[in-house]
This record gives sequence, C-alpha cells and structure tokens, in this order.
Amino acid sequence: MTALLSLHRVGKRFRGLVAVDGVSFSVPEGAIFAVIGPNGAGKTTLFNMIAGAMAPDEGSIVFAGQPITGLTPDAVCRRGIARTFQLVRPFPALSVEDNVIVGALLHRHDVGAARERAQTLLRRFDLFDRRHQPASALTLPDRKRLEVVRALATEPKLLLLDEAVAGLRPTEIDRMVAILRELNRESGLTILLIEHVMRAVMALASHVLVLDHGTAIAEGTPEAVVRDPAVVQSYLGAEAV
Amino acid sequence: MTAAMMARLADGVPRRTFILLGTLLAALLIAPWIVNDYLLTVLIVILYSAYTGQAWNIMMGFAGQLSLGHAIYAGLGAYVAAVLFTKFGIGPWIGLVAAIPIAMACGAVIGFLAFRFGVAGVYFAILTIAFAEFARIGFDHLGIVNASAGLFLPVAQYAHNDLWRLRGDPTMFYYVILAATVLAFIVCRLLLRSRMGYFWLAIREDEQAARAAGIDTFRYKMYAVTISAAVTSFAGVFYAFFYNNLFPEQVFNIGRSIEMILGPVIGGVGTLFGPILGSFVLTGLAETLNSAMSAVGLDLPGAKEVFYGICLLFVIVALPEGVWPPLARRLGIDRGKR
Repeated sequence: MTALLSLHRVGKRFRGLVAVDGVSFSVPEGAIFAVIGPNGAGKTTLFNMIAGAMAPDEGSIVFAGQPITGLTPDAVCRRGIARTFQLVRPFPALSVEDNVIVGALLHRHDVGAARERAQTLLRRFDLFDRRHQPASALTLPDRKRLEVVRALATEPKLLLLDEAVAGLRPTEIDRMVAILRELNRESGLTILLIEHVMRAVMALASHVLVLDHGTAIAEGTPEAVVRDPAVVQSYLGAEAV
Repeated sequence: MTAAMMARLADGVPRRTFILLGTLLAALLIAPWIVNDYLLTVLIVILYSAYTGQAWNIMMGFAGQLSLGHAIYAGLGAYVAAVLFTKFGIGPWIGLVAAIPIAMACGAVIGFLAFRFGVAGVYFAILTIAFAEFARIGFDHLGIVNASAGLFLPVAQYAHNDLWRLRGDPTMFYYVILAATVLAFIVCRLLLRSRMGYFWLAIREDEQAARAAGIDTFRYKMYAVTISAAVTSFAGVFYAFFYNNLFPEQVFNIGRSIEMILGPVIGGVGTLFGPILGSFVLTGLAETLNSAMSAVGLDLPGAKEVFYGICLLFVIVALPEGVWPPLARRLGIDRGKR
C-alpha cells in the first residue's frame, strides 16, 4: 500500500512549550488510522497542522505526493482532506440540506446538482427526513453525523475526524462506527481519527499511533498497541506496568 | 434574462409569495396616480431606503460582515456622478459607469485591509466607520467638489422629463427608484440562490467551518463587499440627481450609514423582504408621526431620531429576527427564506 498522507518530523511549539515534537508517520491509502493519547499529548495540535488550521514550526506534511505543509484550511480541503470538529460546527441557521449543499458545491458549480448529491448523502445517513430543519434543531448525534456528511460532500480522499464519537452514548457510538466502517469498505475512503473513546478505536482502526507529551511512543495494530508497556505507563502510570 | 435564471428565480417559491409580490408591485406601479405629491416623496424616501437596505444586506445579511460605513459608497457614487455632470456635462447613466468601479475599488481596499489582516466583527465595523469619516473629512477639503461649500446640480424647470439626464418631476424619480428596488430584489434573490450565495451564508454562520469546507473565505468576502458597494453606489447617483445638492457633512455622515441599516434590521437581516418591509414600517411611521406633530403645531427637532431609537428597541426586544420572519411564518410563505 502506498502512503496517502505522510508526516516527516513535524513539530510545533507554543512559546517554548513543545506540543508536538518531531512526529513522523504514514497513513496508507484505504486505511483507518487512529491517533490516540492522554489529554495534552498533542493530538489536536497534530490534527490542526494536517488540516491547515496551524502551520508546523518544523517538518513536512505530504498528501497524495504533494507537500501541503502550511497551506490554509480551505486549500487543504480543496486538495482532498475534509475534517470534522471536536465541538461540532454545522452552520446553525441553515437547513440540514443546505449544510450539505455547501460542501457539495466545492467541486460543483450547479446548485441543482449539488442538491441532488446532498440528498443522496442525506438519505444514506438517515438525515433525509430532517433535511428542512435548521441544523441547530438537531440532536448531538445527528449534528455529529451531519458534520461527517458535510465533510463527505466535499469528496475527500482523506477524512479527518476529531473525536467524532465523543459525547455519544454507546449505541450511538456503535452506529457511527458502523457508518465509518461501511464508508471505508465501500468507497475505500481513508480515515484518520483522533479519538479518546477506545471502544471506537478498537472497533475501527487498522492502525494506531500513540502520542504522549508530543512524541510518538508506539505504533501498530490496536491489539498490539494496548499491550505495549510504554502505552500502559503513559495512560495509567508506572505502577500499572 | 435566460430561462435558467427565470427558473432559479421562481424555484421553490410558494404561490402566495407571487400573489403578495404581484399585489405589492401593482400597488406601487399605480401609486403616482393615487397619492399626492407629499406622499409620493415619502414613497421615494421609502424605496430609496429599501434599495440601500437591500444593498447593505448583501454584506451583513448574506456574508455576515457588519458595515457601519455604507454611506461612503453612496457618497462616492453621488459625488462622481455629480462632478461629471456639473463640470463635464456627462449624464448620470454614464456617470454610473464611472461611479460603480470607484465604489467597488473603495470597497475592495476596505475589504482587503480588513480580511487580509484579520480585522473582524466589531473591529471591522469600526474600520468601515473610519473610512466613511475619512471620506467626510477629505471631501470637506476637496476643491474639485467645492469642499464644505457643497456641490449643486443645476435645477431646470420641469418642462418635460429627461430620463437620460435624470431631470424631471418626482414621478419620474419615483419610477426610477422603483425599478432599481425591483432590480436589486431580483439580483439579491439570484445571488442568494447561487453557489456564491451558499458560500456567503456558510461564512456568515461559521467562518472557520466554512474554510474547513474548502471555501476561500477571503475571496468570497471580497466579492460581498465589492458587489454591495457597486449596488449602493447607484443609490448615491440617484440621491445626487434627486436632491440636487451634496454636502460632505451630510452625504458621508454616519447617520446616513445608520439609516441604511435600519430598514433591514427592523424588517429582518438576511431576508429579501426585510429591507423593503422595514423601510415601509419605519419611514411610514416616522412620516405619520411627523405630520401628526405638525398638525398639532408641535416642532421637536430630533423627534425622528428618538422615534427610530424606540422602533429599534422594540424590534430588538420583541422581534429579534425582525418583523418579516414571524410575519412570513404567519402567512405560510417562509419556505423560501434561508
């Protein structure tokens, strides 16, 4: 498998505090790749650098053979990387359908064609019946799903999910996990997720990278990583090993 | 107008909306035969306010960029056309061809400075006020426009209406501003339904999320400010030829900018009917108050401003969305509104 996304010694400092320290990894095409780690490990900073919300201080990010280091978020999205937000941000006053149309218009110039595409996606993700409601009227699970649908409407090659299941109940988590697995299996969509909820990580990820204090401390299959002493120590403390 | 544009214009509009629009337009078309000269002037003021409100709404209501200095675009339009007319004998419609790009360039400068350097929200609003004030002070000292002494257009006897040179009686001006208001309404509807319109709404709702959806927000905000400036500049040309006198103190006054936003704020920001309804409600009530006061022999300077303030307070407290959205829901025609 070829790498769709690769990071080479990427680092970011905030006034002397090292948030991400020379992290390198590659996400193979078609993979579901999870980045996990305790709070403050640098996951969100790493995510923001890939999505273009922050420029790295050092290192390079290559996507589909092209350097994307330091590009703006919109340019990153146009290259084929779509993201969701940890705290969901659908366009609140716009209808569910219009939210998705905005995404679908990125690579379409005709509003009618974008609406058709949006409706197809909404049907598939069980939001079609709510398409005329304002996004602000949806429940949290529906809003999280809407964000994924809006991101998908931009036709990404890589989907970045920032805690897509945080705050959801176990049944809702399983539903989201099923949707993401199906997407990955059917369309070969590559997914990079940052996740706290191990239930989702274990069920989804084919590959896991563990961050701690800004450095990568382990990488491998989910089963191998959770047994890694360094990982257990970073999560639970030295006595647990 | 192409068939595709017609289709987009009518797409998803309930029949009641067409009936409402048709009735309103018919009433406005026959109004000059019914109302007296005074009421006709009031209607001109209302439509002028509806037109400028619609233009301002492109920036604030669609793209979410609060401009409190829109008088600068109307003022530039007014002065460009008036100078070309008085000094070079060039008519207002050709003057408009010069006024539009100048207003757009001014909007582009303000937009570039703000959007490139991250001046947003209330700081953006302050920047727009600052530019309008620069213009006011600058024009006050600009010789070619007679500085603070004011620029006057020659007033000929109204022997016959000359539409090409915009010299004529109030009825002619009334139809000109009515046509402009209708045109602005159609343009705004088309813009709102376009790809750019969707991107504007996304930026208004959440700029970061809009960028994450691949929208080049700088570019689309620049479009919003320049298009809004272009539409507003015509109002200035009309103003110059209707009132025949221009003083920087009046034309670029912050009061003019505030008056432009009152219509849409009271009618409903971001809606197409809001600026029109708000202008009718506000100017209608203010003029009623005016005539009632003069009928009983009361002369209170500043009463209009106080009245505007009370209207604003009432709308903010009782109808935060503006008058139009709840009314549209009651009429059952709110589906077209986004």
